[in-house]
Amino acid sequence: MSYELVFDVKRGDFDTAGEASRKIKRTLQQLGVSNKVIRKVSIAGYEGEMNLAIHSSGGKIILEVGEEELVLTIEDTGPGIANIDLAMTAGWSTAGDEVRQMGFGAGMGLPNMKNNADNFQISSKIGEGTKIVMKFLV
Amino acid sequence: MKVSELLENKEFKCLNPQVGVEGVIKSGYVGDLLSWVMANGSPGCAWVTIQTHVNIIAVATLLDMSCVIIPEGAEVEESTLERAIIEDIPVITTGLNAYQVCKVLGNAGV
Repeated sequence: MSYELVFDVKRGDFDTAGEASRKIKRTLQQLGVSNKVIRKVSIAGYEGEMNLAIHSSGGKIILEVGEEELVLTIEDTGPGIANIDLAMTAGWSTAGDEVRQMGFGAGMGLPNMKNNADNFQISSKIGEGTKIVMKFLV
Repeated sequence: MKVSELLENKEFKCLNPQVGVEGVIKSGYVGDLLSWVMANGSPGCAWVTIQTHVNIIAVATLLDMSCVIIPEGAEVEESTLERAIIEDIPVITTGLNAYQVCKVLGNAGV
């Protein structure tokens, strides 16, 4: 990998959530990545960022830029996902009423990430955390 | 249709006139579920939403939208407008409802 960006995302920090995704987008624009790929990475990154703010105890977004692919990693320190298959089901969400009223918690975050990435892998352990690795061909 | 042309209609007012309004409205989109909008909105669209918090600017920026239109006079948070100025996204208020906004856009050829 020739380039790496790391962003911390805190739980409940909705006011600055989206900041990491915006910086990632700008970086990719400066690097001359195609608009089509930037759009896919932006959508997946924003969904990951919001998931960290809504569901996790806090976590990181890491973008690795290579010559042939971009790797976007979303990882947190808990609480972990009990049933990944259920969590991947469109429309299913554990988000509370408060965040739903803000337009989050539609149960589309993980499906949106998977749909936009060329390769999507998720692993999770209760009490330890969740790690999502997405690859995008450039 | 340019955003500036929409603003010639007295029903619409830009809440952050510091931003550029010469962007072209290529299409329209109505929705309040942010993930749904992220998945289905398109570059250059005018997004009609009743959500008014700062994250709508993140969505609009990431999708390269032409503007965000807040219908029915819903009050917009100051933090949203501050972010919109930084990101150069016009936030437009109107007393019209979402359906009426779409009619205006449609009649203008959007």
